[in-house]
Amino acid sequence: MPKDKSIKSVLIIGSGPIVIGQACEFDYSGSQAARSLREEGIEVTLINSNPATIMTDPVTADHVHLLPLTVESIIEVLELRKIDAVLPTMGGQTALNLAIEAGKLGVWEKYNVRLIGVDLNAIELTENREAFRQHMINIGLSVAPSYIANSFLEGKEAAQKIGFPLVIRPSYTLGGSGGAFVHKEDDFDSALRNGLNMSPTHEVLVEKAVLGWKEFELELLRDQADNVVIICTVENLDPMGIHTGDSITVAPAMTLSDTAYQEMRDQAILAMRSLGNFAGGCNIQFSINPEDEHLIVIEINPRVSRSSALASKATGYPIAKIAAKLAIGYTLDELKNQITKNTSAFFEPTLDYVIVKMPRWNFDKFPGSDNSLGLQMKSVGEVMGIGRTFKEALQKACQSLENNRQGLGADNKEWIQTADILARLETPSDDRIFRLKDALALGVPEKTIQKLTKIDPWFIRQIKELVALENKLKSFKTIDAVPLEFFKELKQAGYSDGQIGWILRTTEDEIAQRRHDLGIRRTYKMVDTCAAEFEAQTPYFYSSFESENESISTSNKKKIIVLGSGPNRIGQGIEFDYCCVHGILAIKDVGYEAIMINCNPETVSTDFDIADKLYFEPVFWEHLEEIINLEKPDGIIVQLGGQTALKLAETFYNKGIKIIGTEFPSMDLAEDRGAFSDLLKSLDIPYPRYGVAETTDLALQIAKEVGYPVLVRPSYVLGGQQMRIVINDQELEKQVLSIFKHLPDNKVLIDQFLDRAKEAEIDAICDGDEVHIMGIMEHIEPAGIHSGDSAAVLPTYSLSVEAVNTMVDYAHKLAKALKIKGLINIQFAIKKIGDVEKVYVIEANPRASRTTPFIAKAYKVPYLQIATKIMLGTNKLKDFDIKPQPSGYAIKVPVFSFNKFPNVDKNLGPEMKSTGEAIQFIKDLTDPFFRELDSKRYMYLSR
Amino acid sequence: MTSIENKTAILLLDDGTVFHGWAVGSVGTATGEICFNTGMTGYQEIFTDPSYFGQLMVMTNVHIGNYGIHQSESESDSIKIAGLICRDFNIVPSRQLANKNIQEYFENHQLVGICGIDTRALVRKIRSKGAMNGIISSEELDINVLKAKLKGVPSMEGLELASKVSTNTCYTIGDEDAPLRVAVLDFGVKKHILEYLAERGCYLKIFPGKTSLEEMKAFQPHGYFMSNGPGDPAAMDYAVDTAKAIMAEDQPLFGICLGHQLLALAAGIPTYKMHHGHRGINHPVKNLKTGKSEITSQNHGFGVSPEAIEANKDKVEVTHINLNDQTVEGIKIRGKKAFSVQYHPEASPGPHDAWYLFDDFVNLMRSN
Repeated sequence: MPKDKSIKSVLIIGSGPIVIGQACEFDYSGSQAARSLREEGIEVTLINSNPATIMTDPVTADHVHLLPLTVESIIEVLELRKIDAVLPTMGGQTALNLAIEAGKLGVWEKYNVRLIGVDLNAIELTENREAFRQHMINIGLSVAPSYIANSFLEGKEAAQKIGFPLVIRPSYTLGGSGGAFVHKEDDFDSALRNGLNMSPTHEVLVEKAVLGWKEFELELLRDQADNVVIICTVENLDPMGIHTGDSITVAPAMTLSDTAYQEMRDQAILAMRSLGNFAGGCNIQFSINPEDEHLIVIEINPRVSRSSALASKATGYPIAKIAAKLAIGYTLDELKNQITKNTSAFFEPTLDYVIVKMPRWNFDKFPGSDNSLGLQMKSVGEVMGIGRTFKEALQKACQSLENNRQGLGADNKEWIQTADILARLETPSDDRIFRLKDALALGVPEKTIQKLTKIDPWFIRQIKELVALENKLKSFKTIDAVPLEFFKELKQAGYSDGQIGWILRTTEDEIAQRRHDLGIRRTYKMVDTCAAEFEAQTPYFYSSFESENESISTSNKKKIIVLGSGPNRIGQGIEFDYCCVHGILAIKDVGYEAIMINCNPETVSTDFDIADKLYFEPVFWEHLEEIINLEKPDGIIVQLGGQTALKLAETFYNKGIKIIGTEFPSMDLAEDRGAFSDLLKSLDIPYPRYGVAETTDLALQIAKEVGYPVLVRPSYVLGGQQMRIVINDQELEKQVLSIFKHLPDNKVLIDQFLDRAKEAEIDAICDGDEVHIMGIMEHIEPAGIHSGDSAAVLPTYSLSVEAVNTMVDYAHKLAKALKIKGLINIQFAIKKIGDVEKVYVIEANPRASRTTPFIAKAYKVPYLQIATKIMLGTNKLKDFDIKPQPSGYAIKVPVFSFNKFPNVDKNLGPEMKSTGEAIQFIKDLTDPFFRELDSKRYMYLSR
Repeated sequence: MTSIENKTAILLLDDGTVFHGWAVGSVGTATGEICFNTGMTGYQEIFTDPSYFGQLMVMTNVHIGNYGIHQSESESDSIKIAGLICRDFNIVPSRQLANKNIQEYFENHQLVGICGIDTRALVRKIRSKGAMNGIISSEELDINVLKAKLKGVPSMEGLELASKVSTNTCYTIGDEDAPLRVAVLDFGVKKHILEYLAERGCYLKIFPGKTSLEEMKAFQPHGYFMSNGPGDPAAMDYAVDTAKAIMAEDQPLFGICLGHQLLALAAGIPTYKMHHGHRGINHPVKNLKTGKSEITSQNHGFGVSPEAIEANKDKVEVTHINLNDQTVEGIKIRGKKAFSVQYHPEASPGPHDAWYLFDDFVNLMRSN
């Protein structure tokens, strides 16, 4: 069936601010859907409150409404525009819930809007635990034995019938919120109460725990002719009991026979076809008993999900893009495979490589939080490693995490106390895979590890083989003694030069040198959906050490590499994906070839049709060097990928690799506290008194000079990690010792804390001659609250004209003095001394900031593209006619995920804790939303 | 990679390309036409599929052997491929239900294999240059000796191989009192085809491929089935004649894969050797009668000429096409009770989307 021609205008609902369990994977799906629909000549309108997204950009949609995700906002949009259909499956549970709510209030009916790509009854069925369970039994599929409970008493009865261990699953919650494993009766009451409270319908399912069964996820697509394909099968390395968002997952499935897999496939298709009549994506989770291979259905999400984003990157099959086309009436057999361009979209991708997804946690940001893993998702981001084998993919995933690891161990961070290690294996937490290897290295039998972790023996064996390789390597005294074949085998098993160097007690550089001498270089293979059966047109690559390299450069255009920002984490998230996408668009726009490098599967910048060439690789020096060696780019952009990309600048500079835009010495000047303060002094710009200490004694002395209260922090960190305000010697000593313990080799910075000061920041573009101020934001929260956790008002609302002028003046001076070519973000503290507001510069970041996308959205100016063209040197500021279109005030409102960490201190401070942000436009300062926020300012000030 | 005692092995292609790897399975030498299968599950089913007789199998899936060997997952009584080429070979299986590990299994059947190969580079070569012969050896590493041996390996084109894997004696499967009796012409039939027919209430008698219609008639079958199998159908006049005879008597006839090609030849439609064939479990096929599509399991290096069917539209109808390359996937002989598909509805390995074809056959016999 061809496209439904009656649909001319579609509304896509986004997923709102990033929270744990619902992150930027929905920017990926919303953006893909929007592009896919526009290809069909359909007018796309987007509603989302998250300003850091690509989907809410004019490059993605025809009309963007940055509004809170409420029924009122939906009505506002429908009043304004003629919408034929709404696609609510691209924005996670948030979008679906909103669509359901609007449906119940009759909004869609009133405005004559069709719901496409979804069947509300199907959603209802999959969200209502009891109805779902009954439905599965009716169609002949198995589920874990369970009982529904709507009251405390019913819950107790259910537990009695099922016995322990059991699981409590609240109905209608996101990311497993309120879910819990209960191993013994004593813990049951509080878990049940919590579950009932978390469920909006006060309903929980009390289910038998199938702990240790194997867990699989299937991604399906169905069209309106009821054709179904399985796009990807993902195996969870961590068995049942850990939320899949917190599990290490692998594709293709590693331990499934065809018999077991086809049974699963049949059941998945049967289940999807039984769920109403929608065309689109669906995700089904199964569990399999390893003893008899009995299958049970765990849950179904009849929409595009987090795992759809992963499956798309893992296979190359753009699920959201195709799902959007199916929603408007196409059938799969009418569409083309987007990677090969000449075979059918109705097929099941096959992989000739392995992908490993690893979650990225941020427990360090939540002191006091429980880092054990269970039903409730706790990770804030994820990475994907692609390799020719499981071992290689696993190590590449570890190298992608940016946890200062060189791979899976062999990097001086191993544990050696068997008892501690075994405890960590039994109670899974964020480091289990590393501890598993430590245990094997210490000789703990595979069987014992299997018993403690319930991880499939195949995975344990693979890691044991890594241990064996390391033991063999240790038998060589020097790298020169290592035979070529074995060296190659190590590299094929994913070992970084750094790991090999550590094992041989030598340097990474020495290993790299020897490797280059031996000619062991990375080859690049294509992700092509079809295991090379058909020729593919899409330049999506990963590296391995094989005989044939497929990444051949044929263009004679100038080449520019854009470095991505790695996994999302607190302090560095989706906003840098937005920046990278715009950077790529600008590079293409000036006629250069744009090459993207990143390892975060949730991003739009790693879609195969954004850059001219995509390398899905860790943002890790060794991997970058090989790509640079192959591509010989004309330069590298480090300003768009957050701190991750920026901190690689020094290496590029030392190796003589051209950095596009602001040069490294300027970046270094801005980052180096001493040199930067000297610069401020020479420019006659005030800054807080400070000092740098390498010892606790020195720290105490500096604090005395600076005067309490002081701000203490390690000198090189992200998002204010380990940053505290202390008021006396005792507190200072405690904090400094803690920094030295957690971040050895770090210095401590001690700053005068500007008590009761206001905070503001400026984002600006400088082309070397001229400076353009993009926006000035005043924080509602006073100095002392991390800027990422502060509500920021654009433009300023309470600062004096003099103070604003002073900030602008300082920004001009600084940008020029730092020889900025591209972006700069400057943070200010403004302290009222008498009647005068004195402006201090706190810090300057010579890169795109968290607020750059926010300003671009608020003022409707493509600032990132302008900045990129200036970095490239193809344009000057005067070439652009920049006309900001402000409407009242725009407020950036931080959003937190504290409900995932019930025991954590929710008070804000210098360390960032928010996971996402929303944008709210207000007409004037009488707006009640603003007044509510602003009232907090006085609360802080009065503390 | 887990090879046997780090023993090296060599893979040499007809065009002179040499790949170095590690020996797996038995130590020895194996020759045959190199073909690749893109399935991510089902290695045991592939190894034991008689249609692969005489072929060196490249598995594009990276890890082979992970879930061991299970006695119920063989498609015939032995390994039928001539040799295995893979990237990573895993001897220790994780599956609790497994009966054996893959290394033991290969040794029992004296299968020679090589691992540690850049299989993707190899597949890209076959994709661009077409199917070619090759030799694997873990006992002879002198390229010139291997080259000489490889010269003696015949081309698949014009090669009759079905009689080498067909049963020599008749045997029966199913319930003797079942309502339907099917005469199966065995050219290398897969076990699951027989199981699915028996499950649907058929009593089967399996005949050697060269059995004549007259001999089969003694069984008083309600229908005939022509199986899958290896080799070039154009070299199998004996079977084409049988198919013609069955159609002349207007008896229900169903063919799969090689059986499909033989039916086409019997209807006057020639076959051809494909560039590199279809082998995998993700091939999209559209059923032109229902308009629905199915994901199919495929394994064929020869095809049925679409041009000849187009020229004989009055005699032969195309019922299924491949959505990737529009090749012929299923035909029906007009005015006869004969139909066939190029792909494998029995799957094993692969999706079960096309099981309905067995029902169609049963219904055809019932309504006769």
